[in-house]
Amino acid sequence: MMETGETQVSEADGSRAYWLLRGMSGAISLPGLILISSFVGFAALAKAAGVTAAQAVFMTGVVWALPSKVVLVGAVAAGVTLPAVALGVTLSAIRLMPMAMALIPELRSERTPRWVLYALAHCVAVTSWVLALERLKDVPRPLRTTYYAGLGFTLIGMNMIVVAVVYALADSLPAPISAALLMLTPMYFVTSLWGSAREQAGHVAMILGVVLGPLFHILVPDGDLLAAGLVGGGAAYGWHRARRAIAS
Amino acid sequence: MTYFGSGHWWWPYLFILLAGWVATDFWRFLGVALGGRMAEGSDLLVLVRSVATALVAGVVGNLIVFPGGALATTPLALRLGAAVVGFAAYFASGKRMIVGILVAEALLIAGLLML
Repeated sequence: MMETGETQVSEADGSRAYWLLRGMSGAISLPGLILISSFVGFAALAKAAGVTAAQAVFMTGVVWALPSKVVLVGAVAAGVTLPAVALGVTLSAIRLMPMAMALIPELRSERTPRWVLYALAHCVAVTSWVLALERLKDVPRPLRTTYYAGLGFTLIGMNMIVVAVVYALADSLPAPISAALLMLTPMYFVTSLWGSAREQAGHVAMILGVVLGPLFHILVPDGDLLAAGLVGGGAAYGWHRARRAIAS
Repeated sequence: MTYFGSGHWWWPYLFILLAGWVATDFWRFLGVALGGRMAEGSDLLVLVRSVATALVAGVVGNLIVFPGGALATTPLALRLGAAVVGFAAYFASGKRMIVGILVAEALLIAGLLML
């Protein structure tokens, strides 16, 4: 069906509305539900840090990537100044670049306007990215941007609502449940980061980071995350190079 | 120039835009602009990913060792134990995230109820 006129929407492809709905329903899936539970955790975290409900919902919409939001809220709670917070969030978000780079060739057809790709790139974060790479191959190429818009913006909108609801309910929860909600984010991250690491250096970086974060929190309270990232990541990269040098 | 350091209602939003939105969409947009020109396995990308991973892992470590809110009043040993056993369960179940998360949560809640 797709040999002729790659960018033309043909009858057999199904309608744009159909693929938009398919994309939207992709948000209701196991990864989507796990993401919701981690946004419940994020909302509890933001509330404990003193961020208001409206600010947390706004943050969810404009930042979207959960690791960056957790870095942002953590630094905000610690009273770090704007330039240092921005640097920490920037470093935490570098991973979004290779993810966007990998997704774009899957998404676009010859006629896709650039601005559409930039707008869709805002949805790039671990969950939508994993779901998209898994499912886009079954979507007709001219309608892939439509599918991803349905998936990505539904995930964002859904979790903005989740954050607002958690803020409304959080005060009425018993203490063990509140504590358990705050435990969701770290558990979501250790498992998803471990599973999504491309090379073993990622695992080394993770183990070092988990230990160095609290250690530097005591030694250099103002720059703990940057120090953990640079020292842990640098060491993991060194390990990667050394291992390859030995192998060759 | 801290988040809570201004009386203006709009300051936290501007703070979020500058330190959150610009800092994240910059990389997404750069990824679109470069559009697959950098090799996946290149050394620079390995370094970049390693630093980002260690940084986020550092956040995770702090969330468990120095938590806020209702988690702050729980014993450190219980949080560490729940996290370590949960992570072990994630491995034992063939790297299923949901198992790791649920085991850690169940242990934490059970521990808090028994205290």
